[in-house]
Amino acid sequence: MAIRLTKPWIDAAEALTRLRGNLGVFELANDEGEVLYIGYAGGDSLYGLKGTVTHALQQVAGATQVRFEVSTAYHTRYRELLMVYQADFGRLPPAHAGLPANLGKLSPA
Amino acid sequence: MDLNLTAEQDMVVGMVRRFVREEILPLELHLDPDADELEPEDKIRLIEKTKAMGLYGLDIPPAYGGPDIDLVTRTLIAIEMSQHRAGLYVPCYGTFGGAGLAQLFEATEDQKERYLYPTLRGEKSGFFGLSEPSGGSDPARAIQTKAIRDGDDWIINGGKLWISGADRADYGLVFARTDPDKGRNGVTCFIVDTDTPGFHVRRVVHTLRSARYATELQFEDMRVSARNILGEVNRGFAIANDRLTRQRIPYAAGCIGVAIKAQEMALDYVPQRETFGAPLSTRQAIQWMLVDNEIDIKQSTWITLEAAAKADRGEPFRKEAAMAKLVATEAGGRVVDRCMQMFGGLGVAKDLPFERWFREMRIRRIGEGPSEVQRHIIARELLGASLR
Repeated sequence: MAIRLTKPWIDAAEALTRLRGNLGVFELANDEGEVLYIGYAGGDSLYGLKGTVTHALQQVAGATQVRFEVSTAYHTRYRELLMVYQADFGRLPPAHAGLPANLGKLSPA
Repeated sequence: MDLNLTAEQDMVVGMVRRFVREEILPLELHLDPDADELEPEDKIRLIEKTKAMGLYGLDIPPAYGGPDIDLVTRTLIAIEMSQHRAGLYVPCYGTFGGAGLAQLFEATEDQKERYLYPTLRGEKSGFFGLSEPSGGSDPARAIQTKAIRDGDDWIINGGKLWISGADRADYGLVFARTDPDKGRNGVTCFIVDTDTPGFHVRRVVHTLRSARYATELQFEDMRVSARNILGEVNRGFAIANDRLTRQRIPYAAGCIGVAIKAQEMALDYVPQRETFGAPLSTRQAIQWMLVDNEIDIKQSTWITLEAAAKADRGEPFRKEAAMAKLVATEAGGRVVDRCMQMFGGLGVAKDLPFERWFREMRIRRIGEGPSEVQRHIIARELLGASLR
Protein backbone atom coordinates (compact mmCIF):
# COMPACT_ATOMS: atom_id res chain seq x y z
CA MET A 1 0.00 0.00 0.00
CA ALA A 2 1.42 3.38 -0.99
CA ILE A 3 2.14 5.71 1.89
CA ARG A 4 1.01 8.77 -0.04
CA LEU A 5 -2.47 9.18 -1.46
CA THR A 6 -1.73 8.64 -5.13
CA LYS A 7 -5.23 8.60 -6.60
CA PRO A 8 -5.84 11.13 -9.41
CA TRP A 9 -7.39 14.49 -8.58
CA ILE A 10 -11.06 14.79 -9.50
CA ASP A 11 -12.96 17.99 -10.10
CA ALA A 12 -14.99 18.74 -6.94
CA ALA A 13 -18.36 18.70 -8.70
CA GLU A 14 -17.60 15.37 -10.35
CA ALA A 15 -16.26 13.92 -7.13
CA LEU A 16 -19.55 14.61 -5.39
CA THR A 17 -21.32 12.49 -7.97
CA ARG A 18 -18.84 9.65 -7.56
CA LEU A 19 -18.57 9.57 -3.80
CA ARG A 20 -20.67 7.12 -1.79
CA GLY A 21 -21.24 6.65 1.91
CA ASN A 22 -18.03 4.65 2.45
CA LEU A 23 -15.60 5.32 5.24
CA GLY A 24 -12.21 6.60 4.16
CA VAL A 25 -9.77 9.47 3.79
CA PHE A 26 -9.60 12.37 1.36
CA GLU A 27 -7.54 15.37 0.34
CA LEU A 28 -8.77 18.69 -1.03
CA ALA A 29 -6.60 20.78 -3.36
CA ASN A 30 -6.74 24.04 -5.29
CA ASP A 31 -6.53 24.39 -9.08
CA GLU A 32 -2.75 23.95 -8.94
CA GLY A 33 -3.04 20.65 -7.09
CA GLU A 34 -1.69 22.05 -3.82
CA VAL A 35 -3.15 20.10 -0.92
CA LEU A 36 -5.20 22.41 1.28
CA TYR A 37 -6.83 19.94 3.61
CA ILE A 38 -6.68 16.29 4.65
CA GLY A 39 -9.75 14.73 6.23
CA TYR A 40 -11.52 11.48 6.94
CA ALA A 41 -15.02 10.10 7.03
CA GLY A 42 -15.27 8.09 10.22
CA GLY A 43 -17.68 5.57 11.62
CA ASP A 44 -20.00 8.23 13.00
CA SER A 45 -20.06 10.40 9.87
CA LEU A 46 -23.32 11.11 8.10
CA TYR A 47 -23.20 9.59 4.60
CA GLY A 48 -19.51 8.71 4.95
CA LEU A 49 -17.15 10.24 2.39
CA LYS A 50 -20.00 11.81 0.44
CA GLY A 51 -21.30 13.77 3.41
CA THR A 52 -17.92 14.63 4.85
CA VAL A 53 -16.36 15.78 1.57
CA THR A 54 -19.45 17.84 0.72
CA HIS A 55 -19.17 19.60 4.06
CA ALA A 56 -15.40 20.07 3.78
CA LEU A 57 -15.68 21.62 0.31
CA GLN A 58 -18.01 24.24 1.78
CA GLN A 59 -15.54 25.03 4.54
CA VAL A 60 -12.17 25.10 2.74
CA ALA A 61 -11.75 28.20 0.60
CA GLY A 62 -10.17 27.59 -2.78
CA ALA A 63 -10.73 23.85 -2.79
CA THR A 64 -11.61 22.75 -6.30
CA GLN A 65 -10.26 19.20 -6.50
CA VAL A 66 -10.70 16.03 -4.48
CA ARG A 67 -8.98 12.69 -4.22
CA PHE A 68 -10.04 9.99 -1.85
CA GLU A 69 -9.40 6.47 -0.69
CA VAL A 70 -12.05 4.16 0.72
CA SER A 71 -10.69 2.56 3.88
CA THR A 72 -12.00 1.12 7.10
CA ALA A 73 -8.64 2.05 8.63
CA TYR A 74 -9.59 5.70 8.19
CA HIS A 75 -8.31 6.70 11.59
CA THR A 76 -4.76 5.47 11.22
CA ARG A 77 -4.62 6.31 7.50
CA TYR A 78 -5.64 9.92 8.26
CA ARG A 79 -2.86 10.30 10.78
CA GLU A 80 -0.41 8.70 8.37
CA LEU A 81 -1.33 11.16 5.60
CA LEU A 82 -0.84 14.10 7.95
CA MET A 83 2.53 12.76 9.09
CA VAL A 84 3.66 12.20 5.51
CA TYR A 85 2.58 15.70 4.54
CA GLN A 86 4.45 17.12 7.50
CA ALA A 87 7.55 15.11 6.55
CA ASP A 88 7.35 16.39 2.97
CA PHE A 89 6.58 20.05 3.66
CA GLY A 90 7.61 20.67 7.26
CA ARG A 91 4.12 21.86 8.12
CA LEU A 92 0.49 20.79 7.90
CA PRO A 93 -1.82 21.71 4.99
CA PRO A 94 -2.93 25.35 5.14
CA ALA A 95 -6.55 24.65 6.05
CA HIS A 96 -5.59 22.73 9.17
CA ALA A 97 -6.10 24.95 12.16
CA GLY A 98 -3.63 23.08 14.34
CA LEU A 99 -1.86 19.83 14.99
CA PRO A 100 -4.01 16.90 16.05
CA ALA A 101 -3.05 15.67 19.51
CA ASN A 102 -0.01 13.42 19.61
CA LEU A 103 0.72 13.48 15.90
CA GLY A 104 3.83 11.40 15.37
CA LYS A 105 6.80 11.90 13.10
CA LEU A 106 7.56 9.82 10.03
CA SER A 107 10.64 9.83 7.84
CA PRO A 108 9.50 7.89 4.77
CA ALA A 109 12.29 6.40 2.70
CA MET B 1 -8.86 -21.29 49.85
CA ASP B 2 -10.98 -18.14 49.78
CA LEU B 3 -12.30 -17.18 46.37
CA ASN B 4 -14.16 -14.11 47.65
CA LEU B 5 -12.85 -10.61 47.16
CA THR B 6 -11.54 -8.87 50.26
CA ALA B 7 -13.50 -5.85 51.48
CA GLU B 8 -10.78 -3.59 50.06
CA GLN B 9 -10.83 -5.33 46.68
CA ASP B 10 -14.61 -5.10 46.61
CA MET B 11 -14.44 -1.37 47.31
CA VAL B 12 -11.77 -0.69 44.67
CA VAL B 13 -13.58 -2.74 42.03
CA GLY B 14 -16.80 -0.83 42.79
CA MET B 15 -15.00 2.51 42.48
CA VAL B 16 -13.51 1.64 39.11
CA ARG B 17 -16.79 0.21 37.87
CA ARG B 18 -18.60 3.44 38.75
CA PHE B 19 -15.83 5.46 37.11
CA VAL B 20 -16.19 3.55 33.85
CA ARG B 21 -19.99 3.77 33.85
CA GLU B 22 -20.35 7.36 35.02
CA GLU B 23 -17.32 9.00 33.41
CA ILE B 24 -16.07 6.97 30.44
CA LEU B 25 -19.23 5.56 28.86
CA PRO B 26 -21.03 8.95 28.60
CA LEU B 27 -17.99 10.55 26.92
CA GLU B 28 -17.61 7.61 24.57
CA LEU B 29 -21.10 8.21 23.18
CA HIS B 30 -19.76 11.35 21.52
CA LEU B 31 -16.48 9.96 20.23
CA ASP B 32 -15.71 8.43 16.88
CA PRO B 33 -16.31 4.65 17.14
CA ASP B 34 -12.62 4.08 16.47
CA ALA B 35 -11.33 6.86 18.69
CA ASP B 36 -8.45 6.12 21.01
CA GLU B 37 -8.17 9.48 22.75
CA LEU B 38 -10.38 11.71 24.85
CA GLU B 39 -10.51 15.44 24.36
CA PRO B 40 -7.50 16.84 26.29
CA GLU B 41 -9.66 18.73 28.81
CA ASP B 42 -11.66 15.58 29.57
CA LYS B 43 -8.52 13.56 30.06
CA ILE B 44 -7.02 16.12 32.45
CA ARG B 45 -10.26 16.24 34.44
CA LEU B 46 -10.49 12.45 34.71
CA ILE B 47 -6.84 12.07 35.68
CA GLU B 48 -7.55 14.36 38.63
CA LYS B 49 -10.35 11.98 39.59
CA THR B 50 -8.21 8.84 39.40
CA LYS B 51 -5.56 10.61 41.46
CA ALA B 52 -8.19 11.49 44.05
CA MET B 53 -9.23 7.82 44.06
CA GLY B 54 -5.62 6.88 44.85
CA LEU B 55 -5.45 4.73 41.73
CA TYR B 56 -3.31 6.82 39.38
CA GLY B 57 -0.13 5.14 38.14
CA LEU B 58 -1.25 1.63 39.03
CA ASP B 59 1.85 -0.04 37.62
CA ILE B 60 4.29 2.29 39.32
CA PRO B 61 6.02 0.67 42.32
CA PRO B 62 5.22 2.37 45.65
CA ALA B 63 8.89 3.36 46.00
CA TYR B 64 8.40 5.60 42.96
CA GLY B 65 5.11 7.10 44.08
CA GLY B 66 2.62 4.52 42.83
CA PRO B 67 -0.15 2.99 44.92
CA ASP B 68 0.70 -0.13 46.91
CA ILE B 69 -1.64 -2.58 45.21
CA ASP B 70 -1.02 -6.30 44.70
CA LEU B 71 -1.27 -7.91 41.27
CA VAL B 72 -4.54 -9.73 42.02
CA THR B 73 -6.23 -6.42 42.80
CA ARG B 74 -4.61 -4.77 39.79
CA THR B 75 -5.96 -7.61 37.65
CA LEU B 76 -9.45 -7.06 39.05
CA ILE B 77 -9.08 -3.35 38.28
CA ALA B 78 -7.87 -4.10 34.75
CA ILE B 79 -10.94 -6.27 34.17
CA GLU B 80 -13.17 -3.34 35.16
CA MET B 81 -11.19 -0.72 33.22
CA SER B 82 -11.64 -2.44 29.90
CA GLN B 83 -15.45 -2.56 29.97
CA HIS B 84 -16.08 0.03 27.29
CA ARG B 85 -15.69 0.36 23.53
CA ALA B 86 -12.02 1.36 23.48
CA GLY B 87 -11.26 -0.68 26.58
CA LEU B 88 -9.28 -3.49 25.04
CA TYR B 89 -6.35 -1.38 23.91
CA VAL B 90 -6.97 1.95 25.62
CA PRO B 91 -8.56 1.09 28.97
CA CYS B 92 -10.19 4.25 30.33
CA TYR B 93 -8.23 6.18 27.68
CA GLY B 94 -5.11 6.19 29.83
CA THR B 95 -6.66 8.17 32.67
CA PHE B 96 -5.22 5.75 35.24
CA GLY B 97 -1.71 6.59 34.04
CA GLY B 98 0.96 4.00 33.62
CA ALA B 99 4.51 3.15 34.46
CA GLY B 100 5.69 3.32 30.87
CA LEU B 101 8.46 0.83 30.35
CA ALA B 102 8.75 -1.15 33.58
CA GLN B 103 12.26 -2.30 32.64
CA LEU B 104 13.51 1.19 33.49
CA PHE B 105 12.97 0.54 37.19
CA GLU B 106 16.05 -1.70 36.88
CA ALA B 107 18.05 1.02 35.11
CA THR B 108 21.14 2.80 36.46
CA GLU B 109 20.54 5.97 38.43
CA ASP B 110 21.86 8.01 35.49
CA GLN B 111 19.41 6.29 33.14
CA LYS B 112 16.56 6.77 35.61
CA GLU B 113 17.32 10.49 35.74
CA ARG B 114 17.29 10.78 31.97
CA TYR B 115 14.39 8.44 31.13
CA LEU B 116 12.43 6.95 34.02
CA TYR B 117 11.69 10.03 36.10
CA PRO B 118 10.70 12.23 33.14
CA THR B 119 8.42 9.39 32.02
CA LEU B 120 6.76 9.16 35.42
CA ARG B 121 6.28 12.95 35.36
CA GLY B 122 4.59 12.62 31.97
CA GLU B 123 7.34 14.56 30.20
CA LYS B 124 8.67 11.71 28.06
CA SER B 125 7.34 8.54 26.53
CA GLY B 126 9.04 5.41 25.27
CA PHE B 127 8.49 2.45 22.99
CA PHE B 128 9.43 -1.22 23.23
CA GLY B 129 11.39 -2.35 20.17
CA LEU B 130 11.71 -6.12 20.08
CA SER B 131 9.90 -7.66 17.08
CA GLU B 132 11.50 -7.61 13.65
CA PRO B 133 10.36 -8.46 10.12
CA SER B 134 12.07 -11.82 10.67
CA GLY B 135 9.65 -12.63 13.48
CA GLY B 136 8.45 -11.68 16.92
CA SER B 137 7.54 -14.95 18.61
CA ASP B 138 11.08 -16.22 18.91
CA PRO B 139 13.03 -13.03 19.54
CA ALA B 140 16.13 -14.81 20.78
CA ARG B 141 16.70 -16.19 17.30
CA ALA B 142 14.79 -13.73 15.15
CA ILE B 143 16.65 -10.58 16.17
CA GLN B 144 18.84 -9.58 13.26
CA THR B 145 19.40 -5.95 14.20
CA LYS B 146 23.11 -5.74 14.95
CA ALA B 147 25.10 -3.58 17.33
CA ILE B 148 28.84 -3.37 16.90
CA ARG B 149 31.11 -1.79 19.48
CA ASP B 150 33.02 1.32 18.43
CA GLY B 151 35.04 2.75 21.31
CA ASP B 152 32.63 3.90 24.01
CA ASP B 153 29.70 3.70 21.59
CA TRP B 154 27.76 1.04 19.72
CA ILE B 155 26.70 1.32 16.09
CA ILE B 156 23.27 -0.16 15.43
CA ASN B 157 21.95 -1.23 12.03
CA GLY B 158 18.73 -3.06 11.26
CA GLY B 159 15.02 -2.58 11.74
CA LYS B 160 11.97 -3.34 13.82
CA LEU B 161 8.37 -4.06 12.91
CA TRP B 162 5.03 -3.91 14.75
CA ILE B 163 6.32 -1.23 17.11
CA SER B 164 3.63 0.87 18.79
CA GLY B 165 4.16 4.51 19.62
CA ALA B 166 7.65 4.90 18.16
CA ASP B 167 6.61 7.85 16.00
CA ARG B 168 5.55 9.79 19.08
CA ALA B 169 8.14 8.54 21.55
CA ASP B 170 11.15 10.39 22.93
CA TYR B 171 13.14 7.19 23.42
CA GLY B 172 12.77 3.46 23.12
CA LEU B 173 14.21 0.16 24.22
CA VAL B 174 15.86 -1.43 21.20
CA PHE B 175 17.04 -5.01 21.35
CA ALA B 176 20.02 -5.78 19.14
CA ARG B 177 22.32 -8.70 18.57
CA THR B 178 25.74 -8.04 20.06
CA ASP B 179 27.12 -11.57 19.73
CA PRO B 180 25.98 -13.52 16.66
CA ASP B 181 27.11 -16.87 18.07
CA LYS B 182 25.31 -16.86 21.39
CA GLY B 183 21.59 -17.03 20.56
CA ARG B 184 19.53 -15.66 23.41
CA ASN B 185 22.73 -14.82 25.30
CA GLY B 186 23.89 -12.55 22.52
CA VAL B 187 21.18 -9.87 22.70
CA THR B 188 21.58 -6.47 24.37
CA CYS B 189 18.98 -3.85 25.25
CA PHE B 190 19.80 -0.25 24.32
CA ILE B 191 17.92 2.88 25.34
CA VAL B 192 17.75 4.91 22.14
CA ASP B 193 16.72 8.55 21.81
CA THR B 194 14.42 8.97 18.82
CA ASP B 195 16.29 12.10 17.70
CA THR B 196 19.49 10.08 17.26
CA PRO B 197 20.82 10.39 13.69
CA GLY B 198 20.03 7.17 11.84
CA PHE B 199 16.76 6.53 13.67
CA HIS B 200 13.86 6.41 11.20
CA VAL B 201 10.16 5.66 11.50
CA ARG B 202 9.68 4.49 7.94
CA ARG B 203 5.98 3.74 7.78
CA VAL B 204 2.70 3.15 9.53
CA VAL B 205 1.45 -0.44 9.52
CA HIS B 206 -2.35 -0.50 9.25
CA THR B 207 -4.07 -3.45 10.85
CA LEU B 208 -7.49 -4.61 11.99
CA ARG B 209 -6.96 -2.33 14.93
CA SER B 210 -8.04 0.81 13.16
CA ALA B 211 -7.73 3.05 16.19
CA ARG B 212 -3.98 2.73 16.60
CA TYR B 213 -1.20 1.69 14.32
CA ALA B 214 2.10 -0.03 14.52
CA THR B 215 5.22 1.31 12.83
CA GLU B 216 8.23 0.00 11.01
CA LEU B 217 11.61 1.32 12.14
CA GLN B 218 14.95 1.45 10.40
CA PHE B 219 18.31 2.05 12.02
CA GLU B 220 21.15 3.27 9.81
CA ASP B 221 24.54 3.53 11.50
CA MET B 222 22.78 4.72 14.64
CA ARG B 223 25.41 5.58 17.26
CA VAL B 224 24.41 4.87 20.84
CA SER B 225 26.56 5.44 23.90
CA ALA B 226 27.49 2.44 26.07
CA ARG B 227 25.97 4.33 29.01
CA ASN B 228 22.61 3.68 27.33
CA ILE B 229 22.84 -0.07 27.67
CA LEU B 230 20.04 -1.27 29.94
CA GLY B 231 21.35 -4.05 32.15
CA GLU B 232 24.39 -5.90 30.86
CA VAL B 233 25.79 -6.57 27.43
CA ASN B 234 24.36 -9.84 26.02
CA ARG B 235 21.78 -10.03 28.84
CA GLY B 236 18.99 -8.20 27.04
CA PHE B 237 16.87 -11.24 26.36
CA ALA B 238 16.14 -11.70 30.06
CA ILE B 239 14.81 -8.13 30.12
CA ALA B 240 12.56 -8.82 27.13
CA ASN B 241 11.39 -12.15 28.45
CA ASP B 242 10.49 -10.79 31.88
CA ARG B 243 8.40 -8.11 30.25
CA LEU B 244 6.63 -10.59 28.00
CA THR B 245 5.71 -12.81 30.94
CA ARG B 246 4.43 -9.97 33.15
CA GLN B 247 2.44 -8.40 30.33
CA ARG B 248 0.40 -11.55 29.78
CA ILE B 249 -1.72 -11.08 32.91
CA PRO B 250 -3.11 -7.58 32.19
CA TYR B 251 -3.40 -8.61 28.55
CA ALA B 252 -5.69 -11.44 29.62
CA ALA B 253 -7.59 -9.18 32.03
CA GLY B 254 -8.51 -6.75 29.24
CA CYS B 255 -10.04 -9.58 27.22
CA ILE B 256 -12.05 -10.73 30.23
CA GLY B 257 -13.40 -7.23 30.85
CA VAL B 258 -14.59 -6.85 27.29
CA ALA B 259 -16.18 -10.32 27.40
CA ILE B 260 -18.01 -9.40 30.61
CA LYS B 261 -19.34 -6.19 29.07
CA ALA B 262 -20.41 -7.97 25.88
CA GLN B 263 -22.23 -10.64 27.90
CA GLU B 264 -23.91 -7.97 30.04
CA MET B 265 -25.18 -6.23 26.90
CA ALA B 266 -26.46 -9.51 25.50
CA LEU B 267 -28.24 -10.36 28.75
CA ASP B 268 -29.98 -6.97 28.60
CA TYR B 269 -30.91 -7.37 24.95
CA VAL B 270 -32.26 -10.89 24.49
CA PRO B 271 -35.30 -10.58 26.80
CA GLN B 272 -36.37 -7.46 24.86
CA ARG B 273 -35.80 -8.60 21.30
CA GLU B 274 -38.67 -10.68 19.92
CA THR B 275 -38.63 -13.08 16.95
CA PHE B 276 -41.56 -15.17 15.78
CA GLY B 277 -43.67 -13.94 18.69
CA ALA B 278 -41.32 -14.67 21.57
CA PRO B 279 -38.28 -13.04 23.16
CA LEU B 280 -34.89 -14.30 22.04
CA SER B 281 -34.19 -15.28 25.64
CA THR B 282 -36.73 -18.10 25.36
CA ARG B 283 -34.76 -19.76 22.53
CA GLN B 284 -32.47 -22.55 23.57
CA ALA B 285 -29.95 -21.60 20.90
CA ILE B 286 -29.60 -18.19 22.55
CA GLN B 287 -29.59 -19.58 26.07
CA TRP B 288 -26.74 -21.91 25.24
CA MET B 289 -24.70 -19.06 23.79
CA LEU B 290 -25.16 -17.16 27.04
CA VAL B 291 -24.23 -20.24 29.05
CA ASP B 292 -21.10 -20.86 27.00
CA ASN B 293 -20.17 -17.20 27.41
CA GLU B 294 -20.56 -17.42 31.17
CA ILE B 295 -18.37 -20.51 31.35
CA ASP B 296 -15.72 -18.91 29.11
CA ILE B 297 -15.69 -15.80 31.30
CA LYS B 298 -15.45 -17.71 34.58
CA GLN B 299 -12.71 -20.03 33.35
CA SER B 300 -10.54 -17.24 32.07
CA THR B 301 -11.14 -15.09 35.13
CA TRP B 302 -10.01 -17.73 37.61
CA ILE B 303 -7.04 -18.86 35.55
CA THR B 304 -5.89 -15.25 35.25
CA LEU B 305 -6.40 -14.48 38.93
CA GLU B 306 -4.48 -17.64 39.86
CA ALA B 307 -1.56 -16.47 37.74
CA ALA B 308 -1.66 -13.08 39.47
CA ALA B 309 -1.86 -14.73 42.92
CA LYS B 310 1.22 -16.83 42.18
CA ALA B 311 3.09 -13.74 41.05
CA ASP B 312 2.04 -11.95 44.25
CA ARG B 313 3.39 -14.85 46.32
CA GLY B 314 6.71 -14.58 44.51
CA GLU B 315 6.34 -18.02 42.95
CA PRO B 316 7.20 -18.87 39.34
CA PHE B 317 4.18 -18.00 37.20
CA ARG B 318 5.37 -18.34 33.62
CA LYS B 319 3.12 -21.32 32.93
CA GLU B 320 0.09 -19.73 34.60
CA ALA B 321 0.63 -16.41 32.78
CA ALA B 322 0.80 -18.26 29.46
CA MET B 323 -2.39 -20.17 30.31
CA ALA B 324 -4.16 -16.94 31.25
CA LYS B 325 -3.13 -15.26 28.02
CA LEU B 326 -4.09 -18.27 25.93
CA VAL B 327 -7.45 -18.94 27.57
CA ALA B 328 -8.63 -15.34 27.99
CA THR B 329 -7.78 -14.21 24.47
CA GLU B 330 -9.48 -17.22 22.88
CA ALA B 331 -12.48 -17.11 25.21
CA GLY B 332 -12.85 -13.35 24.67
CA GLY B 333 -13.03 -13.92 20.94
CA ARG B 334 -15.69 -16.56 21.30
CA VAL B 335 -17.80 -14.45 23.67
CA VAL B 336 -17.74 -11.37 21.45
CA ASP B 337 -18.52 -13.50 18.41
CA ARG B 338 -21.55 -15.09 20.11
CA CYS B 339 -22.81 -11.70 21.28
CA MET B 340 -22.58 -10.32 17.75
CA GLN B 341 -24.62 -13.28 16.61
CA MET B 342 -27.31 -12.59 19.21
CA PHE B 343 -27.51 -8.92 18.18
CA GLY B 344 -27.82 -9.82 14.51
CA GLY B 345 -27.31 -6.93 12.08
CA LEU B 346 -26.92 -4.48 14.93
CA GLY B 347 -24.02 -6.57 16.16
CA VAL B 348 -21.91 -5.78 13.12
CA ALA B 349 -22.82 -2.08 12.91
CA LYS B 350 -20.56 0.63 14.25
CA ASP B 351 -23.45 1.83 16.40
CA LEU B 352 -22.45 -0.78 18.98
CA PRO B 353 -18.97 -1.72 20.19
CA PHE B 354 -19.04 -5.38 19.13
CA GLU B 355 -17.48 -4.84 15.71
CA ARG B 356 -14.53 -2.97 17.24
CA TRP B 357 -14.12 -5.61 19.94
CA PHE B 358 -14.37 -8.36 17.31
CA ARG B 359 -11.55 -6.85 15.26
CA GLU B 360 -9.35 -5.98 18.19
CA MET B 361 -9.97 -9.26 20.02
CA ARG B 362 -8.73 -11.16 16.98
CA ILE B 363 -5.37 -9.46 17.34
CA ARG B 364 -5.12 -10.60 20.95
CA ARG B 365 -4.59 -14.20 19.86
CA ILE B 366 -1.47 -13.06 18.04
CA GLY B 367 -0.10 -10.09 20.01
CA GLU B 368 2.22 -10.64 22.98
CA GLY B 369 2.93 -14.15 21.72
CA PRO B 370 0.36 -16.10 19.70
CA SER B 371 -1.72 -18.93 21.14
CA GLU B 372 0.65 -21.52 19.69
CA VAL B 373 3.63 -19.97 21.47
CA GLN B 374 1.69 -19.91 24.74
CA ARG B 375 0.99 -23.63 24.30
CA HIS B 376 4.68 -24.16 23.59
CA ILE B 377 5.59 -22.33 26.81
CA ILE B 378 3.12 -24.39 28.81
CA ALA B 379 4.39 -27.63 27.27
CA ARG B 380 7.98 -26.63 28.04
CA GLU B 381 7.07 -25.95 31.65
CA LEU B 382 5.31 -29.32 31.89
CA LEU B 383 7.99 -31.35 30.14
CA GLY B 384 10.97 -29.46 31.45
CA ALA B 385 14.43 -29.41 29.96
CA SER B 386 13.70 -32.20 27.49
CA LEU B 387 11.76 -29.76 25.35
CA ARG B 388 14.18 -26.84 25.49
